[in-house]
Amino acid sequence: MINELISMNGYGSYVWSAFTFTLISFASLYCVTKLQLAKEQSRFASKFGTLNVDKARVARSQNINKEILLNTSNI
Amino acid sequence: MFKFFEPNKIFVITSRAQKYVLFLFIVVLSIGLMEALIISPEDYKQSHAVRIMYVHVPAAWIALGIFSCLALLSIVSFIFKNKNLSLISKSLAPSGFVFNVIALVTGAIWGKPTWGTWWAWDARITSMLILALFYLMYLLAWRIYEDEEKVIKITSMIAILGAINIPIIKFSVDWWNSLHQSASINVFSNTSIHASMLIPLGIMTAAFTLFSILIFLMKYNTELIKLKTKGLNRL
Repeated sequence: MINELISMNGYGSYVWSAFTFTLISFASLYCVTKLQLAKEQSRFASKFGTLNVDKARVARSQNINKEILLNTSNI
Repeated sequence: MFKFFEPNKIFVITSRAQKYVLFLFIVVLSIGLMEALIISPEDYKQSHAVRIMYVHVPAAWIALGIFSCLALLSIVSFIFKNKNLSLISKSLAPSGFVFNVIALVTGAIWGKPTWGTWWAWDARITSMLILALFYLMYLLAWRIYEDEEKVIKITSMIAILGAINIPIIKFSVDWWNSLHQSASINVFSNTSIHASMLIPLGIMTAAFTLFSILIFLMKYNTELIKLKTKGLNRL
């Protein structure tokens, strides 16, 4: 059963390489995108940290900024 | 209508939806892989090589679908001068390009056992290669140009020009002699593919769609955070 699944009547190398290439492409794209997102979140957080109290209060009044900071603390 | 798509309003949704989409993608992909590699029958002519269809065809469909979206969004953003639509297009492009590359590579792998060659300058394959080049130009333009107005104009032009290639890809098998067979799945008429193969194909298409949505959500949030970081500088 396992041998049959691997060899697939001699077409195994083609089938498995096509599926492997697809899954590796998915994993690579996911990792690269996740890394870029984490980098931008931490850049935002460090920029936010340099703001004075008044500016930070103004920035925090926007929901989107609060959400970014919330997600950054989850990294 | 555009107010509904305001970044400030949808950021909460796009950031929270990611984990649900990822979970759903993993579940649907697992079922799809089981169906495609184990449960679905082999073809009487192509034997097990037909299983490559379950990654090749959905990848090609989604690459075409995403580029059509890019062209449509570019036209609308060109008319209404809406920057958020350009941001949405920019976030869609990377997954479209990866799906296009997957379609080309898995097509080459499928071509060897069925046609006896990895590559042929066939109308369908060549037009898919041209689509990949348009994707590449689109992505490079966003990296090369720094002026926002200029980059939106250039990328919109690339997407609109590239859209001419979409009907060529679709009808290439009917217009020219091609190694590819004519479409087996038709929305408006009978589908010539058996349900035992159509179901795994549908599940894999759903999984691939979920993956492109996931990448889009992550990329869109990245772009919004970039904008908000710039906004902090202006406070």
